[in-house]
Amino acid sequence: MPTNGVPTKITQGSGTKGGIGESTLRPDGTLKVTGEFAYSSDMWHEDMLWGQILRSTVAHAEIVSIDTAEALATPGVYAVMTYDDLPAEVKHYGLEIRDTPVLAHGKVRHHGEPVAIVAADHPETARRAAAKIRVEYRELPVITDEASATAPDAVLVHEHRDDHHAGHVPHPNIVHRQPIVRGDVAAARGRADVIVEGEYTFGMQDQAFLGPESGLAVPEEDGGVHLYIATQWLHSDLRQIAPVLGLPEDKVRMTLAGVGGAFGGREDLSMQIHACLLALRTGKPVKIVYNRFESFFGHVHRHPAKLYYEHGATADGKLTHVKARIVLDGGAYASASPAVVGNASSLGVGPYAVDDVDIEAIALYTNNPPCGAMRGFGAVQACFAYEAQMDKLAARLGMDPVELRQRNAMEQGTLLPTGQPVDSPAPVAELLRRVKAMPMPPERQWESSEGADVRQLPGGLSNTTHGEGVVRGVGYAVGIKNVGFSEGFDDYSTARVRMEVVGGEPVATVHTAMAEVGQGGVTVHAQIARTELGVTQVTIHPADTRVGSAGSTSASRQTYVTGGAIKHACELVREKVLELGRRKLGSYHPAWAHAELLLEGGKVVTDGGEVLADLVDVLGDEAVEVEEEWRHRPTEPFDLRTGQGNGHVQYSFAAHRAVVEVDTELGLVKVIELACAQDVGKALNPLSVVGQIQGGTTQGLGVAVMEEILVDPTTAKVRNPSFTDYLIPTILDTPTIPVDVLELADDHAPYGLRGIGEAPTLSSTPAVLAAIRAATGLELNRTPVRPEHLTGTA
Amino acid sequence: MDFLRPASWEEALAVKAEHPTAVPIAGGTDVMVEINFDHRRPEYLMDLTRIGDLYEWEVGDDTVRLGASVPYAQIMEHLRPELPGLALASHTVASPQIRNRGGVGGNLGTASPAGDAHPALLAAGAEVEVESVRGSRRIPIDGFYTGVKRNALAPDELIRAVHVKKADGPQQYSKVGTRNAMVIAVCAFGLALHPETRTVRTGIGSAAPTPIRAKAAEDFLNAALEEGGFWDNGKIVTPSVAKQFADLCAAACNPIDDVRGTASYRRHAVGVMARRTLTWTWESYRGAHRTTEGAA
Repeated sequence: MPTNGVPTKITQGSGTKGGIGESTLRPDGTLKVTGEFAYSSDMWHEDMLWGQILRSTVAHAEIVSIDTAEALATPGVYAVMTYDDLPAEVKHYGLEIRDTPVLAHGKVRHHGEPVAIVAADHPETARRAAAKIRVEYRELPVITDEASATAPDAVLVHEHRDDHHAGHVPHPNIVHRQPIVRGDVAAARGRADVIVEGEYTFGMQDQAFLGPESGLAVPEEDGGVHLYIATQWLHSDLRQIAPVLGLPEDKVRMTLAGVGGAFGGREDLSMQIHACLLALRTGKPVKIVYNRFESFFGHVHRHPAKLYYEHGATADGKLTHVKARIVLDGGAYASASPAVVGNASSLGVGPYAVDDVDIEAIALYTNNPPCGAMRGFGAVQACFAYEAQMDKLAARLGMDPVELRQRNAMEQGTLLPTGQPVDSPAPVAELLRRVKAMPMPPERQWESSEGADVRQLPGGLSNTTHGEGVVRGVGYAVGIKNVGFSEGFDDYSTARVRMEVVGGEPVATVHTAMAEVGQGGVTVHAQIARTELGVTQVTIHPADTRVGSAGSTSASRQTYVTGGAIKHACELVREKVLELGRRKLGSYHPAWAHAELLLEGGKVVTDGGEVLADLVDVLGDEAVEVEEEWRHRPTEPFDLRTGQGNGHVQYSFAAHRAVVEVDTELGLVKVIELACAQDVGKALNPLSVVGQIQGGTTQGLGVAVMEEILVDPTTAKVRNPSFTDYLIPTILDTPTIPVDVLELADDHAPYGLRGIGEAPTLSSTPAVLAAIRAATGLELNRTPVRPEHLTGTA
Repeated sequence: MDFLRPASWEEALAVKAEHPTAVPIAGGTDVMVEINFDHRRPEYLMDLTRIGDLYEWEVGDDTVRLGASVPYAQIMEHLRPELPGLALASHTVASPQIRNRGGVGGNLGTASPAGDAHPALLAAGAEVEVESVRGSRRIPIDGFYTGVKRNALAPDELIRAVHVKKADGPQQYSKVGTRNAMVIAVCAFGLALHPETRTVRTGIGSAAPTPIRAKAAEDFLNAALEEGGFWDNGKIVTPSVAKQFADLCAAACNPIDDVRGTASYRRHAVGVMARRTLTWTWESYRGAHRTTEGAA
């Protein structure tokens, strides 16, 4: 096919064993750092057109008219489409609730909502043609917060809700509400010697993945379409795309293109349907690539939140009760809001044992940018608040904050506020002990014989201090994240594993639909196949929809679930290979019939180490292939009134110690060190584990001191959609991150592993905030903290 | 858009005379961003990269003549002793890639209040050498910035070089951004001691519609230093003098609230930077007796 940049098979051989537990190198690593890796935005097809989306310039308005005549008349333009041109009955999509129009119909609900699409023979032509589309708006009042959303006369963001949450929410502008009620908070309050309250604000964070939304849709001869796309979950996309195109799912083929990061921001569709629509309309391949500005409008963000907490404790530091109310702003469309509500509420007290709990979490519909999945998914916002509360409580009790946390730390067997027992190791106190025991970074590291080294100081090369005003602070935090999809979701993955002889060597091929988004799944999959099948050469087939769903690359679940599916498929392949061996060679050696047999080093061996046969001889010309679904233990929904239920399957715990230095006069912060201790169950690839922990930690640092999408409260328009004004940490902002990895097996999970990608994002932020509070003595009830918050000039 | 590529300075001037709307481009670190985001769609783009003279500098007896296209990386590497304030400012510009491309000419052409070079040029005392087919002239830096992203250039003029006084005393430069590298200034401050004339000059960035000097603060400090014989006796500047200088610098600001910071913070931060840079430069002056050390 005359196409460049589409995925090819990756064969990973290493000469070493390269099984689980080894730090094998990722096959895409060198390509990525040398700029050779083909991302979805690099794809090219002969005769392809470029798609462009026209987006709303206002946040909330009726669409009076759309005039596309001038755009259509532009030379080089092949198609212009609006809502009226959609080909099928189904015109909406959505992860949980189909509330998002493919193109705006009648009204727009947020700034940057897609209104029309254009295909042209050059990206600039498409862009200019889109600008010629005239849209007349009649503006509506904007809903921007809980007060405006639930006011008696509030305009409804969605007028005719019939989704499965519509019946139980107190107001149509509330997407979902989940109470978690356990014990008797009123009675417990009477036993409390101290009570602390707090109101906290969590700003809107962006995933800020570096590869913008992009893909290539190629029309096929059978009237279908093949979409090459950067996404987190091919089959979820497929289920949403096909009905809108009016095609059966088997006529929409999808192949994963090179993904430049995701962090939750690719769970929802972006340009997928638009590219397919234009390709089917024009009969030509259509490529769409967002630029950075558009990317800020093209994906959901982390829910900003208001959190109200009350914690009580006895004089000796035992929690009596927690009462909390968590208000998440879901923006204009539901996206993953219901599940985010489930996490925020069920994990709302953190990794602590407390019997009397009253939590309510809601997500709002507003005219702010839609919010959905992002690393940590509801647990992040809650952790920021409950950890601030734990520090407040420690201060009130005159107790060491780590000691207070350890006294209340959950352990295996502790009941969550949902009534669910934690049925695997929960080393919360131990993680805190470890992170506290790490050596402290030396004081005044900026001092040298040559004067102050500004790179070591707040402000860095901007040369704002040579030590003046600089105060050190230390803070701790710990968090709990659920692993995998919760609340009764059928969370499975599919793996197809094939073993055959290629070039005189046994080779295993692993085919899944797992989206490699940078997490290192392809590395780990090969390791699992090597361990289970005793081969060196493993080929990872490109991820596509020719194999069953792998589920989403999110919720820290892929190594657990798709890794589990591969392990399971490999075990079945192994059985078949041994069966083949018994059939072909069983008569030559009694061990074939009687011994426990393994595959190791390309051979069939007995558990005593005796070699029975070479796999090459066992397989001969035959290929052994298995495709199987695999699922983790089922979960249950939370009761809608009490929140009780076995909603989660596994948990991930991390603790951080932050050491910061704050220029207290200028309000500038330098995070000196962010030490982390995390239980990973089993490190399948220790190097990747440390990378995930360091990355998650850094993303948590970002939202502590700089990352925030600013939305104008009067217009609901985004004020900083660029990397000029949405700042993410540079290497000079990224501290040393010593990592202490604990491996306490979860006996319910493959190899005892634990999902690891999100937990470090939780505790990083509150640890940094705690350290800044320690340095400045300020209360700091919002994140991110900006210089004006530290200098009284907000 | 027509892309014009003059081979010589004279040809560039002729092109600019013929097409006064032509946008000159050298490093492209400002212009290309504007074009890529479609904020600007110039009829003509005039590439100046073939004109080698613009990439050269000369160190004279009293001044440095800095070609308009000399990249910041070169200023940092080669002109730190002569232009310490500008070298420090250059350090704060964006990323290494941008510092290899961008130069002072572009900063002056764009004339953004947030341009990193401006406070250093104001504090050091500079003149901008501009030229057209009608002739050449030098615009003192104090009169160069005429409004938000506007400067004193005539439509047919091009920036050829900047003449900056060689440091005769310590200079400092500070910039506040909300991360530790690669950030646009929330506000910036430049300070230069000029022992030969017994004067102090300042420059403030991102805290008014244009880059400005804090003249009242300079006047106050010049008088206070003179009165106390500080230039001769090398005494420590008293905290009350430093504070009043800082307050006057803050008062010189006319900032706005925007996504990068509040007006109130900008005023506050300029005051802090003024006090600190005064302390650093004066300590350096006292300690090293008229050295030009300004390195951080």
